[in-house]
Amino acid sequence: MSTTEHSEFIDSDTGKMGMWLFLFTELFLFGGLFIVYAVMRSKYAADFHHAALELNAFVGATNTVVLLVSSMTVAMSLTAIQQKRGGKAMGLLFITLLLAGVFMVNKYFEWGHKFSLHLYPGSDVMQTLPHGEIMFFGLYFMMTGLHLLHVIIGGVLLTVVLFKINSGKINSEHYLLQENGALYWHLVDLIWIFLFPLLYLIT
Amino acid sequence: MKNHDNHISSDTTNWTVLLVLLILTTISILAIKIHLGAFTVAMALILASIKVTIVLTYFMHLKFENTLLKLMVGGVFLLFAVVIAITFIDYYFR
Repeated sequence: MSTTEHSEFIDSDTGKMGMWLFLFTELFLFGGLFIVYAVMRSKYAADFHHAALELNAFVGATNTVVLLVSSMTVAMSLTAIQQKRGGKAMGLLFITLLLAGVFMVNKYFEWGHKFSLHLYPGSDVMQTLPHGEIMFFGLYFMMTGLHLLHVIIGGVLLTVVLFKINSGKINSEHYLLQENGALYWHLVDLIWIFLFPLLYLIT
Repeated sequence: MKNHDNHISSDTTNWTVLLVLLILTTISILAIKIHLGAFTVAMALILASIKVTIVLTYFMHLKFENTLLKLMVGGVFLLFAVVIAITFIDYYFR
């Protein structure tokens, strides 16, 4: 029995390390876009300044707060499961999912406003803009879009975790999936921490 | 898949970390209004890096992980910094 326990222990450690390796690839996925942003910003400083004024810093700040709070609730949920408090863990995950929903609704209105101004890649208005502004909006939609996709995937993953806690498959002894789900959700937060100042704050 | 010897963060820690992150967010929003010229971007990136470090250390439990994982994470960020540096060197001196 002790040998089984031992191999299970190694599984949990390597399982987490595998998740971290995956997160490294995610870092470079977004990292590539950050590098494009950095080079283009240095090349088209004036256009980037002008285009960034279009973005609503208040909406960006709201979504920052939403993601930071959701990062805490997901961390607290892990604490709760470790302390054998499944109900609390599920409640906190539910709050996290609600916050993910708030983030997506905000994004819907934010993007909707841009679309109503005909500011989207390939639009008639966009084609009249200077090259640097086209680059800025292209990067804005690409980066926030890719980030939004991660919010959706993270939401699905945490929903699965929620159901598995409910069915007892995730409990105070076995919670690797929840740990990895939480790590993924924190990554979503990490990316946003850089996106927010680069796109919304700096003009 | 049994989890052993894992550090359990208290709710107080989590609340404190959130509070610090919110304060840093407020600072970064206010700091952007001060005209620092070229340092505006640097300031924003430094504040974002501090926030990211806090999330990695406490929310992602890196503080309580083994040394190998810490080195891996540090190495990856170093690699990313090198890639950025090389891109800019290539861009400006080709």
